[in-house]
Amino acid sequence: MEKKVLYLEDIRAGDEAPPVVVANITRTHIVKYAGASGDFNPIHHDELYAIRGGNDRVFAMGMMTAGFLSHMITDWVGDGKLRKYRVRFARQVWPGDTITCKGKITRKYTEGGKNSMEAEVFAENQRGEKVITGSIVAEVLNKPAA
Amino acid sequence: MPIQDLIGKEFPPFDLPVERGKIREFANAIGDDNPIYSDPAYAAGTEFKSILAPPTFVATKAFWRKGESVFELAGFDPHFRLHGEEEYEYYKPTLAGDVLTCESKITEAYEKPGRRGGKMTFIVLEFSFYNQKGEKVLVSRTTTIQTEGAVKQ
Repeated sequence: MEKKVLYLEDIRAGDEAPPVVVANITRTHIVKYAGASGDFNPIHHDELYAIRGGNDRVFAMGMMTAGFLSHMITDWVGDGKLRKYRVRFARQVWPGDTITCKGKITRKYTEGGKNSMEAEVFAENQRGEKVITGSIVAEVLNKPAA
Repeated sequence: MPIQDLIGKEFPPFDLPVERGKIREFANAIGDDNPIYSDPAYAAGTEFKSILAPPTFVATKAFWRKGESVFELAGFDPHFRLHGEEEYEYYKPTLAGDVLTCESKITEAYEKPGRRGGKMTFIVLEFSFYNQKGEKVLVSRTTTIQTEGAVKQ
């Protein structure tokens, strides 16, 4: 499998990541993430419990969407290149939502012999509302001499 | 007890074994079909020589931690508990077969009025993960917010 590699010489501030879309979130997505992660807060899988807490229905764990977003990031910057990843959970993700994960480079720099890029990353729903906002720092390689 | 008194509270350290099957299950749950998470032959040909864990995999620490949780300690009601922020710093890759030792402590605890009325309580829990070679692998920080009612949007 051929992997696309980001090189310092080829990137610039403003460059955007190829988006990753997760269409039509279902309760099955949520239950799968609960089992995989160990987050069994019933507010995410027990409809009656969620309603008793004043919610219209169950909603996804923020960390599930942070996982979708990390998929976009690692496809973009490469495996093992992430140095910092920070997310803020802005809105709930509900069954039926479609989530699009995006990123944009804000800065690139070389420091102590290491190249880095900073990017803003976010996930938005089908109404264009941001459900997660965040930022990353990733290591970037120099382009090999031709 | 004033919430600020929780600052500095440490939790018992525990081990988080990084299992190949769990990595595959976790990658599947976040919809990531990258073969580095599931195909040993592919992974063997990479610089890591092994199946790699996705960036948020240490969320699975939930299966391994022991004793009273920070939420029990702070009296947080799971009905009204929100995950505010999550932050990671990565130092070394997390590989299948690693056993990470996790140390955790409360680094911040404070209250402030919510925008829609009611009190909001914030707790920041910092986790440090070390591998079986004693190397610091990553640090994560979780900000959890307790509200006095469900958040309406």
